[in-house]
Amino acid sequence: MQAFLSSLVSVLFHGVAYGMILYVISVGLSVTMGLMGFVNLAHGVFAMAGGLLLSTAMGRYGVPFPLALLLAFVVVAVASVVLERLLYSKLYSAGELPQVLFTMGLIFMSIAVARYLYGTQAAPLFLPDYLKGQIPLFGRDFPTFRVVLIIFSGLIVAALWFGVERTRWGAMVRAAVDNRDMAQSVGINTNRLFMLTFALGSGLAGLGGALGSDILPVQSTYPLENLVYFMIVVAVGGLGSLSGPFIAALLIGIADTATKYWLPELGAFLIYAATIAVLLWRPQGLFGVRS
Amino acid sequence: MMHSGGYARGSRIGVLEILPWLVAIAAFFLLPEYLSLGARILIFILFTLSLDLILGYAGIITLGHSVFLGLGAYTAGILSVKAGIHDPFLQLIAGAAIGAGFGAITGAVVLRTKDLTQLMLTLAIAAIMMEVGNKANWLTGGADGLPGVQVNPLFGVFEFDFIGKTGYVYCLVVLFIVWFFVRRMVYSPFGAMLTGIRENTARMHALGAPVYKRLLVVYTISAGIAGIAGVLLTQTTQSVGLNVLSFEIAGDVLVMLILGGVGRIYGAFVGPTVYLIAHDELAKQFPEYWSFGVGFLLLIVVFFARGGILGLIDKISARVRKS
Amino acid sequence: MQKAGLRSAVAAVAVAALTVGASAQTIKIGVVNTFSGPQASFGEMIDRAFRLYIKLHADQLPPGVKIEIINRDDGGANPDKARQLAQELVVRDKVDILSGITFTPNAMAIAPIATQAKIPTVLVNAGTSVVVTRSPYYVRSSFTIYQHCVPLGTWAAKTLKKTFILVSDYAPGHDCQEAYTSSYTKAGGEIVGVIRAPVATADFAPFLQRVKDAKPDAMMVFLPAGRTATAMMKGFVDLGLKSSGIKLIGTGDIVPEEELPNIGDEAIGTITMFHYSAAGDRPANKAFVAAWRKEYGDKATPNFAAAASWDGMAMIFDAIKKQNGKLNPEKTVEIMKNFKTDQSPRGTISIDPETRDIVQNEYLRETRRVGGELVNVEIETASVAVKDPWQIMQKDKK
Repeated sequence: MQAFLSSLVSVLFHGVAYGMILYVISVGLSVTMGLMGFVNLAHGVFAMAGGLLLSTAMGRYGVPFPLALLLAFVVVAVASVVLERLLYSKLYSAGELPQVLFTMGLIFMSIAVARYLYGTQAAPLFLPDYLKGQIPLFGRDFPTFRVVLIIFSGLIVAALWFGVERTRWGAMVRAAVDNRDMAQSVGINTNRLFMLTFALGSGLAGLGGALGSDILPVQSTYPLENLVYFMIVVAVGGLGSLSGPFIAALLIGIADTATKYWLPELGAFLIYAATIAVLLWRPQGLFGVRS
Repeated sequence: MMHSGGYARGSRIGVLEILPWLVAIAAFFLLPEYLSLGARILIFILFTLSLDLILGYAGIITLGHSVFLGLGAYTAGILSVKAGIHDPFLQLIAGAAIGAGFGAITGAVVLRTKDLTQLMLTLAIAAIMMEVGNKANWLTGGADGLPGVQVNPLFGVFEFDFIGKTGYVYCLVVLFIVWFFVRRMVYSPFGAMLTGIRENTARMHALGAPVYKRLLVVYTISAGIAGIAGVLLTQTTQSVGLNVLSFEIAGDVLVMLILGGVGRIYGAFVGPTVYLIAHDELAKQFPEYWSFGVGFLLLIVVFFARGGILGLIDKISARVRKS
Repeated sequence: MQKAGLRSAVAAVAVAALTVGASAQTIKIGVVNTFSGPQASFGEMIDRAFRLYIKLHADQLPPGVKIEIINRDDGGANPDKARQLAQELVVRDKVDILSGITFTPNAMAIAPIATQAKIPTVLVNAGTSVVVTRSPYYVRSSFTIYQHCVPLGTWAAKTLKKTFILVSDYAPGHDCQEAYTSSYTKAGGEIVGVIRAPVATADFAPFLQRVKDAKPDAMMVFLPAGRTATAMMKGFVDLGLKSSGIKLIGTGDIVPEEELPNIGDEAIGTITMFHYSAAGDRPANKAFVAAWRKEYGDKATPNFAAAASWDGMAMIFDAIKKQNGKLNPEKTVEIMKNFKTDQSPRGTISIDPETRDIVQNEYLRETRRVGGELVNVEIETASVAVKDPWQIMQKDKK
C-alpha cells in the first residue's frame, strides 16, 4: 500500500508536468480555433520555434535561462503576427479546406527550414545548475526542473485566466467567441482582437515548446509528430474554452503517465480510447462553447 | 467553393473524360522506366477518389482515412503470408470487404457527429488501429511489417514482375472499373441526394431524405474503395509496413484531394499525380529539403488557385471563353 | 537554401579517374537512405562516409572507372516507398550496386528486387538478424543486435546480479531483450522486470520511475539512437537513478558520438557493448576520425553508421578493383562474401561467407570525459570475431 501510494504520487507529479506543458502549448490553438474558426494545423510550428530559440539563445549566445524563455515568447509572438497579417488573415472566411491545405503547407516548409538551420538532431537543452538535481519530498525525489516547470506553468495559467475573465480584452474575446458578428456590430475591432489573440496564443506555444523541450524533444519534425496530441487537447477540452483544455491536458498527461507506469504494454491505446469516449459522450468537448 | 457538378450535368461521358485514360495508356508505352511510380500514382488516385466521395460529395472531413487503406493493405498481406492465399482477386475482394465492414461500423458512430468532433474521431480511430497493428506482432509483424507477400500471376499468366508492367496495367484496370462505378453513382439520384446533403443538410431532412442512412452507405463504399487501394499497394510492393496506417498518409491524401479540387472526381486524378511527381522529383534533387518545395506548392495553390488545380483551370477556361 | 541546393546538387559525387585513354566506365551505386523525417541523421552519416571514402580512395580505382552515387530518400521506415525507389534505381538508373537501407522493413521490401534483378546490395545499417537471409545478393557491413546484446549479458552477469530491461517496442528491441536475457540468465543473472516502451516515446520519466522503484543493480537499455535515447539518458540522471547506484548498460545506441555533446556529463559512467567507438585507439580509426574532421569540421565525429558505411564502400571498392571495373553480379557477391580487412576503423572485420553477414569484435566501453570531450573509451575487447549469434542459434535449432 505504502509503495502504491508512493508511486501514485510520482505518477501524478509527472502527469501534471506533462499536462501543464500540453496546456501551455495548446491553449492558443483552442482560443484561435474557437475565436476565428481557423483550423490551424500548423500551431506546433510555433512551439518548435520556441524550443529552437531557447536552445540557440542559451547554447550559442549564453543567454540566461529565464531571459531565453522570455525571448522565445516574444520572438514567436511577433513572428506570428507577421504571418497572421500576411497569410492567415486572408483565409479567415475561406472555409476549412483551404485552411487545412495552407497550414499543412506551412508545416512542410517549417520542417525543411528547421532541418536546414538546426540539422537532424534534437535541439539540446542545457539547464542551469540551479535547475538540475532533485528535491526530496514525502520520501521521494522530484526533479527540480519539473517542479519549477509545474509552478511556472501554473502562474501562466493563472495570469491567463485573470486576463480573460477580468480584463476588458478578455471580455471582448469572450464576446467574440460567443458571437463574432454581434461583437463586431457593437464596435469591437475583431480584426485587431484576432491579431492580438493570435500573437498571444502563438507566443504561449513558443513558451510551452521551449519550457517543455525536456518532455517533448524539439526537432525539425516536431510540428507533425505532436499535432495529434495538441488537437486532442483542444477537441476533448472544447473549442474556445480556457478551462476545458486545462482539464483535458491534465487528464491526458496523467492518463499517459499512469499507463506508462502501470501498463506500459497498453501503449497509447488508453489515450485514444478515452478521446473517443469523451467525444461520443460530449461531442462539443468537456467544456466546449460551440461544437 | 465546391463544384456543383453531379446530377444536373448529365451523365454522358464527355470527350475530356477520356483524356486521363489516354495519358495513362501513353505513359505505359512512353515511360516504361517510371511504371513503379506510375502504379503508386494510380493507387493514390484510387485512394483519393474514395476520399472525394465522402469529403467532396458528402462533406465529411476526415484525418483518419488511412485506416481503410491500411486495413486493405494488411488484409492482402496477412492472407498471403499467414494464410497462404495468393490469389490477387480473392485478396482484392477480401480487402474491399474488410475495409467496407470497418467503414460501416465506425461510420455508424462517426457520422453522428460533425466538424472538429468528427475530424478527431476519425483521427483517434486511425491512431488506435495503428497501435493494434504495432502490437499484434504475431499477425502484422509489428514495426517490421510483413515482407514476402506473394501474389499469383493474373489469370495464371501475367506475373507481377519487378519492372512493374503487370502491376501498372492491373492497377489501371481496377481504377477504371472503380471510376466507372463511382461515376455512375455520382450521376445517379443517390449522388444527387449526397450533393443535396452537403449543400443543405437541414433541407434534405425537411424533404424527408434518410440523411444518416445515405451518409452511412457512401461512407461504407468509400471505405471499401480505400481498402481496394490498400490491397493494390501491398500486391504491387509485395510488402506491408505500419506506415500505411499512419497519420501522415491520412494527411497526405487529404492534401492531394484539396490540391486537385474537391467534389469533382477528376480532382482526385490531378491532385495525386501532381503531388507525387512533385515529391518524387524534389526528393531526387533535394533529399533533405524536398518538403519545402511541396509546402510552397500548397501555399501557391491556396492563394492563387483556391478551388485546387482543376478550379484554376475552370477559371482560366471561363476567361478564355469570355474574351 | 542556397548552400543546401549546391551541396545536394553535387550529392551525386562523380569522381573522375585521371587516366585518359581507357574506356571510361561509370559504376552507379543506388543509395536508398533516410534523409528526411525523425531519423534523418542516419542519412547524413551514411552519405558523408560514402563521399569521404570515395574522395580519399578514388586513385585506387582501375583506370577509367568512375563511381557515381545516386541518393534517394525513403523518409524512414516506409517499405512501399523504399521498394519503389529501389525499383527505379534498378530499372531507370540502371545501378550496378544498391546500398544504404537504414531500416529493417525497407530492407525486407527491397530484397525481392535485389534477387530478381541480381543487384549486389550492401546493407550498411539495418540490424535485424533475419534481413540478410532475405536475398542471396544481400551482404551486411553493419552489425546485428544479437552481436551486441549476447556479449553484454555475459559480461553483466559477472558483477551485476539483477537487471531491469528497458527496450523499444519493436523488433530490434525485442531482439536485444531476448539476446541479453539468454546469455545473462545462463550466466546466473536475474531479470527483475521488463518494459517495452512505445517506439515514439518522448518522455521516459514514468518508465524510469518504475525501474527506480524496482531497485535493480543494472538497467539494460536498447533504444533507437538519437533523441529517444538521449531523452532517456537525461531522465536517468534527472530522476536520480544514477545517484541511487543503478548501473546504466546497453548497446552503443544510447551514447552515439554525435549525441554525446547533447547528453552532456549525464552520460559519464555508462557502460555499453558495441562494435565501434570513435575513441578507439587503432591507427586505422585515428586516421578515419582525423579525415572526417578535416572534411566536415572539428566538431563532427563519425558514429557507428558512418563506420559501417565506410567499410561498406571499402567492400564495393574491393569488388571493383578485383574485377577491374567490370562488375558481374555473382562475382561481386562472391568477392564481398570473402571480404576481410584489418584496416577497418572497427579493427579486423570480415564477412562470413556462409551467411554474408559481418564478423567483428565487440568492445566494452565506458563513457568518460577525456581532454574536455565526452568519448566512449574502449575498456576491453569483450569478444573477438563475433559471428551473428542469432544465425548460430538458428543452426543449432535445426
